Formats: sequence, structure tokens, C-alpha cells
Amino acid sequence: MSEQGDLIVVGAGPAGLSAAAAALAGGLRVVLVDSGTTVGGQYWRHPPEHARAAIRTDDLHHRLREYRALADALSAARTAGRLDLRTAHHVWSAVREDGGFAVHAADRREAPAETLVVLRAPRLLVATGAYDRQLPFPGWDLPGVLTIGGLQALLKGGGVTAGGRVALGGTGPFLLPVAAGLAARGAEVVAVCEAASPLAWLRHPGPLLRNPGKWAEGAGYALALARHRVRVRPRTAIVRAEGDDRVTAVRIASLAADGSPRPGTERRVEVDAVGVGWGFAPQLDLLVPLGCELTAAEDGNAVVAVDDGQRTTVPGLYAAGEVCGVGGAPLAVAEGRLAAESVLADAGAAPVPGDPAVRAERLAAARTTVARQRAFARAMALAHPLPAAWSEWLTDETVVCRCEEVTAGAVRAACADGGAPDHRQVKQLTRAGMGWCQGRMCGPAVHCLAARGRPYVPAERLVATPVTLGALAGLDEMEEQ
Amino acid sequence: MNEFIIDGRPVPFVEGQTVAAALVAAGRVAWRTTRVRHRPRGVFCGIGVCFDCLVTIDGAGGRRACLVPARQGMNVTTGETVTTGETAGTTTTVTTVTTDTTEEGDHE
Ligand SMILES: Cc1cc2nc3c(=O)[nH]c(=O)nc-3n(C[C@H](O)[C@@H](O)[C@H](O)COP(=O)(O)OP(=O)(O)OC[C@H]3O[C@@H](n4cnc5c(N)ncnc54)[C@H](O)[C@@H]3O)c2cc1C
Ligand code: FES
Repeated sequence: MSEQGDLIVVGAGPAGLSAAAAALAGGLRVVLVDSGTTVGGQYWRHPPEHARAAIRTDDLHHRLREYRALADALSAARTAGRLDLRTAHHVWSAVREDGGFAVHAADRREAPAETLVVLRAPRLLVATGAYDRQLPFPGWDLPGVLTIGGLQALLKGGGVTAGGRVALGGTGPFLLPVAAGLAARGAEVVAVCEAASPLAWLRHPGPLLRNPGKWAEGAGYALALARHRVRVRPRTAIVRAEGDDRVTAVRIASLAADGSPRPGTERRVEVDAVGVGWGFAPQLDLLVPLGCELTAAEDGNAVVAVDDGQRTTVPGLYAAGEVCGVGGAPLAVAEGRLAAESVLADAGAAPVPGDPAVRAERLAAARTTVARQRAFARAMALAHPLPAAWSEWLTDETVVCRCEEVTAGAVRAACADGGAPDHRQVKQLTRAGMGWCQGRMCGPAVHCLAARGRPYVPAERLVATPVTLGALAGLDEMEEQ
Repeated sequence: MNEFIIDGRPVPFVEGQTVAAALVAAGRVAWRTTRVRHRPRGVFCGIGVCFDCLVTIDGAGGRRACLVPARQGMNVTTGETVTTGETAGTTTTVTTVTTDTTEEGDHE
């Protein structure tokens, strides 16, 4: 089978972009695949290139100079014919084949039409990032309640503010850029409910002290929020959303040390949009079926296990960015570079022109950055845990699985009477996780309800995105020809 | 001005926005009705993970409005989208089937 390049990179976020750029700089031919209409991933999400004059989002971004340098390196390589850039290509399966990899993608450039393509290379790097982790609460299925990432994606990708009066809730530093972005676009951010206590950071001061860049970033958001009079309320949570056909109000409560709402503290705030997020869950759809080993991260997620060069346990398969653990864009960039260096070394690529000492220094610097930022990510996870008693917010009628509309009552019954020990069993008994999203939204929460304490391993999904039968039939014909 | 049609009505959009972004910008937070409880749904995750935003576009069902760029004259319908998720062990086949709902009217 013919190969399109030396390396396929899936995901053009901070990790995939930097990996592709470094592999290209090392002389490899690279295929970079992303389902989005343009490169950048979540952190550097942009409108498509031709729309950037009409939809201006530069002021919402950070580290844009780095993004442009990476994008420029890619365009140069594309012009030189060494980069095959496949945007609007959604990978639905990746398999090992003849000592290399076959990556199956749906080409959706002409959406809603789609064409299936197969890309092949001896090495594969997966950098598919993460998505918002959710905890259900009464009313979270009302229209107007979004994930905080969803609010950010509408803002950065489409220049759209989802509401005029917005409440945000959950935990983690990601609440801050979303609040700042919404406020910058004229939304009134009426509450930012951070479940954790800022004092939790004091228990792990080391990583904070060793990452002064994070201080500056935090201070920048604090300043922006102060300017818009947005207050972050520590140790509070949105415990209910209210409304008939859309959200019109939220109930906010102070939290006790275990995360349970303190009686008598609940207050009602009128809003027209809500954003919630409890950290992120790594997007492992392609990696789990490939058979690479997973490991537990401090935030309760299972993440792909990699060595100090971002190699997974499957030969020829590398991973970088938030699939290896949630830790922010700078870490993703450093991991991408490191992964590319390993690919170059393992492929026996001809040494690139330039001073080998300089390259060795750069590699050592990437290693140090990864180690330092990983330590920060661990401290961040410990400082922003899921509140132990979060399930107290649930009523029996609260929808837990949004797709199949399975309630908390049904999940609890499956765990108690049915003895279901994990989300897979709960799925068999209740259909929770069996719908369109395949448990991506409810999986972590159902897991917490059923199997507290053990890391969350997502269900294996052999198809990472639904593809139509018509397109599949077309693929068979293509393979036969 | 750029416009697409949803259930027979025009929605303006800025070139480069997704169908979902244009709908939200036009003040619509919901456009689908759930199968079991008949509840309204719109955009939730915004990045193609939750499948709350499903619509039919130019006759193709089960499309995520948050992923598909809006195009001039696109015909979007929000009728019922039927899904059969056959699950055998850990193997999951997702088949998309669309029902033509033009005669049943929309669900607004
Ligand atoms: C919705 C959302 C918004 C965020 N916004 C911010 C923000 O504004 N600021 C911030 O500091 N952090 C943000 N984050 C956190 C974010 O995870 C960053 O830390 C950073 O983007 C991680 O980089 P990454 O390269 O690991 O992954 P990502 O940036 O997530 O990149 C992964 C890429 O892989 C692609 N992909 C995934 N699966 C497939 C597939 N099957 N086929 C083809 N392509 C695929 C995706 O389209 C994406 O472009 C956000 C996270 C989410 C989920
Ligand atoms: S809003 Fe989640 S898939 Fe579109």
C-alpha cells in the first residue's frame, strides 16, 4: 500500500502543530489531519482563514506569535510539497497495518457531503486533545446551558456571545479566560463559581513557584476581570438551572469542605446563558482501540501512557498534548516537539543541517519544560478536584445521560439493586452512554456514581465519528479498485 | 447578506460561522426535540462531542450543527433524527437514518 508520508499527525492543536513543525524541520514528510476547518485546536481556535477579516478574534487569544510562527512553518512546508494538510478531515478509525498505520478519515470539506479516505504512514502521532468534563445537575439539559469550552468555541470560532447575562461554574483556571472573553465581548458575567478554595494551591506551592509564567497569566485574567467587575466566588457552585424551554436562572450555593451545598446559602440569579466545566477529559477515541496502555492521572482521568519521549506502548505510535494528561497549551506544545524528536530519532532521519549541540540543547529544554509543566498540572489537578459530594446536587429526576435521557434515579438504582460496578455495567442496565455521544458526556459522571475512586477509562469506541453507510459503501469500491 | 434556511425560515450568518454559531447569534438556543421526553435542545459542547445540536442539512441527517460551516442557501431541517446504536460487546456501529419531516411540520 502506498504511503502518503513518513508520519501522520492527527490533531492540529498546540501539540499536533508543534509536532508537525518539528518533524518537518527534521526533514520528514508529514500528513497533518484535523476535523476543524483550520489549524489551532481548542486553544488557538480561529474562524476559517478567509473569514478572519469579518470575524475578528485576535484580542481573545494568547501566545499568538507562537501560533503564527507554527502556522507559517506549516505553510512553507506545504508550498514545498512536504506537508499534506488535511483540514475538515475527521478520523473515525486508526489501525495498525503492515508494520505501519492506516488512518481512516471522512473528508467533510463539502459538508454535509462526505468522502472517506485512507491515509497510510509507518508512524502515527495522536494529538487529539480533550473535551470539557461534565457533572450533571438539575437543569443542565436546558437550552442555554453550555460547557464553558462550548462558550469559548462559539466566541473564538464564530465571534458569537451565547448570552447577555452569563453565569459560569465548575472548577479550574479555564473559567477565567472564558469569563474574560465573554466580558470583553460585552456580556455581563454575573457569577463565576469556582468550587475549589484558592487556599488549596498553598498545599503545593513548589510547582506554582517554579512556573512564574502561570502567575503572569493568572494576574492578567484577574486584571481583565476586575476591569469588567467580574467576581470569582471561591467555594461556590451552580447547583441548579431553572427555566421552561430555556434557562432563565441558576441557583448558586456555597460549598462545605466536602463539596456539599451549605444549607441556607442558596441564592437565585437570573441569567440567559450558563457555562459549566469540571476540567477536561482526554479524547482517547483513537488511542484506546489501538491498544496502547493507559495510566491514571491526578485529575481522575485515564490518560495514555508515554515514555520520556512521548512514545506510547505501541511501536511507532506517539502521543502528545492533553491525551497524555490535561496541562494546558504550553505543555502541549513542548510535548509535541518532544514527540517529533523521538520520531526523528526512531526513524533514523538524516541529521538536519545546523549545529547538533544547538539541537541537543533545544531537546533538553523541551524535556525540562515538559517536566516542570507536568508538575504544575499535577498540582492544578489536586487544587481543583471534583467536589467529593457533588452527587448531592442530583435529584432522582435529573437527567444524567443527555442522549438516552437516563435519570440519576435510574443510574442509582442500577448501582444499588443491579449491583453495577462501573459505567459499562450501568450502560447495559439503563442505556446510559448508549446514545449518539457514546458516553462522552455522561461517562465520567456515571463512573463517579458507580465506581468512586478508580480512574475513569472511557468505553472503547471503534468509530470515533459516525459515518454514513453510503460513504462506507463508497470506500469499499475504492479499496477494490 | 448571507442566509441559510432552517425549517423554511431564513437565518443570517457571517461567512465562516458554523450553523450552530449563526443560530445562537440569531438568538436561538434550541432547535431539536429529544426522542424520549420531547425536550428542546441546541448547542451544548460546541465542538462535536455531545451530539445535542443534531440537524438535517440538505437532506443529510445526523449532522452536528456546531461543526458544519453555514453556506448560502443551505437547507436545514430540525425534524426527528432517528439513530440506531447497535451495541455488540465493545463494538459500536452507529448508523444514521433520516426521516423526511417536511410533512409533519417543524418542532418549534
Ligand atoms: C472547547 C475547548 C476550548 C478550550 N479553550 C481554551 C482556551 O481558550 N484557553 C485555554 O487556555 N485552554 C483552552 N482549552 C483547553 C485546551 O485543551 C488546551 O489546553 C489546548 O488546546 C490543548 O492542546 P492539544 O493540542 O492537546 O489539544 P486540542 O487543542 O484539543 O487539539 C486537538 C485537535 O485534534 C482534533 N481532533 C480530535 N479528534 C479528532 C479526530 N478524530 N479526527 C480529526 N481531528 C481530531 C481537534 O479538532 C483539535 O483541533 C479548551 C478546551 C476545550 C475542550
Ligand atoms: S454542540 Fe455538542 S456536538 Fe454540537
